[in-house]
Amino acid sequence: MLKDITLGQFFPGDSPLHKLDPRTKLILTTVYIILVFVARGAPGFAVILLFTLAMIAASKIPAKIILRGLRPLVFIITFTAIINLFWTKGENLLFRLGFIEIYSEGVLYAVLMVLRVVLLLLGSSVLLTYTTSPIALTDGLEQLLSPLKKLRVPVHEFAMMMTIALRFIPTLIEETDKIMNAQKARGVDFSSGGIIRRAKALIPILIPLFVSAFRRADELAIAMECRCYRGGEGRTRMKVLKLSYRDLVASVIFVFFTAAVIAANVFIPWLSV
Amino acid sequence: MSDTSSSKYIIELKNVSFVYGEGTPFRSEALTDVSVGIERGTVTGIIGHTGSGKSTLVQLLNGLIKPQSGTVLLDGRDIWADPKKIGQVRFRVGLVFQYPEYQLFEETVWRDIAFGPRNMGLPEDEIKRRVSEAMAFVGLDEKLADASPFELSGGQKRRVAIAGVIAMEPEVLVLDEPAAGLDPMGREEILGGVWSYQRRKKSTVVIVSHSMEDMARFCDRLIVMCGGRVSMTGTCADIFRQADRLTEIGLDIPQITRLIFALKARGVDIDTDIYTIDRAKAVIEEMIKQKRSGSRC
Ligand SMILES: Nc1ncnc2c1ncn2[C@@H]1O[C@H](COP(=O)(O)OP(=O)(O)OP(=O)(O)O)[C@@H](O)[C@H]1O
Ligand SMILES: [Mg+2]
Repeated sequence: MLKDITLGQFFPGDSPLHKLDPRTKLILTTVYIILVFVARGAPGFAVILLFTLAMIAASKIPAKIILRGLRPLVFIITFTAIINLFWTKGENLLFRLGFIEIYSEGVLYAVLMVLRVVLLLLGSSVLLTYTTSPIALTDGLEQLLSPLKKLRVPVHEFAMMMTIALRFIPTLIEETDKIMNAQKARGVDFSSGGIIRRAKALIPILIPLFVSAFRRADELAIAMECRCYRGGEGRTRMKVLKLSYRDLVASVIFVFFTAAVIAANVFIPWLSV
Repeated sequence: MSDTSSSKYIIELKNVSFVYGEGTPFRSEALTDVSVGIERGTVTGIIGHTGSGKSTLVQLLNGLIKPQSGTVLLDGRDIWADPKKIGQVRFRVGLVFQYPEYQLFEETVWRDIAFGPRNMGLPEDEIKRRVSEAMAFVGLDEKLADASPFELSGGQKRRVAIAGVIAMEPEVLVLDEPAAGLDPMGREEILGGVWSYQRRKKSTVVIVSHSMEDMARFCDRLIVMCGGRVSMTGTCADIFRQADRLTEIGLDIPQITRLIFALKARGVDIDTDIYTIDRAKAVIEEMIKQKRSGSRC
């Protein structure tokens, strides 16, 4: 069913990672991403890999769910591996078949590049998307970007738009599901026929979907006005984001983590790329 | 109807269970080990409190969802025996969803009602006949045929949606709360239309509703759902007689039946198998007449 597409893929829970302030998580994720790109040698990657596995364990999210999140990237990962494997020229020829030449540098490159892509995805999803509800995420983003308000960037409006969009994704998916079922009951067949027939079968879905999306938008706007919404000016929050000792602990851990990766880069850059 | 297929039940569910979101943190078990039959040629009502699995049950009847375990038999044959032919099942068992007005999409009312029959590949004149008939059944004015479905009132949209399924002339017509949120006149017309459709075409009808009054008036048999299980089945009389059990699971009996029970409790000698106002009126008038003639002698 359509619902199985996990957009935003928030996985509710109460692990230490879930309890971190979204602002902390946003900043730490940025640091993490930079580190993944900075790492050069195998020891540096090993440090990041171990750290990521530790985060996954701490998040208490089933490994199955996390692996499922990697599935859409299988193509990119394979592509990265092949490009690096075949197109890297080096000194140490391992294997030759006609014009195909594989060097040991190529193998190393392919492994580390794939590792980089996988780590990037695993780390940022565990640290951010799996453990932070979309609403908390936009809240955190709004607060972090609020200095930009001085430059007349409509931060609040952007955050509100994002919140609303995220809030309505599941609703729209559910609605699509419902409309699809209703039309199936009237004999629409989505799974057979040529491409034109299939495209035509979408019309009975798309029209009702658009009609209801516009109606919802209208109703939401009216409901917001009825509750005196008038933009971000002077607006207070029900849930005020507060930093706690957890955020301090997480930041300290990250300082050590950063130091470890940099040290590995500088002192033991074995097999570096 | 041939002898081999004329078992009592046109649709039969055997040990059916259905779970939403299996394997996710949002797993919810909607139906548990449900075995129940829909009798051929009857109007069967499904009642149950909100979230008891009624909508899930009706979607199983025409193969929109597939049970994780158990079988759904239509005319004695497993509908999932050949998943490629599930489309045929959907033509034979027509389903009108809860709040069906959102499914309208065509330019005109007429074309929207014709959408189902057209998908069945019927000839044009047959489609024409069915559409006009369906419009008459649900009480839609001929003049509305060329209107855009998006300009209609909520109640009219509902009728168009119901007509769209009636026009497919399914052997079993399933309606999920067809009268929810309508005015009394609208309820009356829609349910009455479905009822006369059933009598005229000798088809089988399944109605989900929260209104005991409507159920008592239009249904021959009732299925009572509770927490994803079937808790009772039987004729209206069988079910409403067990007022205590119904109240226990958060349901009610028709108002008029309550009144009759109250009369009985006050010592009036009255038959309690009364659940429609018409019947109550007839019985009470009869009693009054007898009393008058009795006192005269
Ligand atoms: N699409 C869905 N995804 C997940 N769970 C669902 C879905 N649809 C229904 N459920 C769950 O299944 C159970 C039965 O729902 P169902 O819609 O069948 O109830 P119902 O008897 O029709 O209720 P109502 O009278 O409110 O229409 C409920 O607990 C509900 O939360
Ligand atoms: Mg329902």
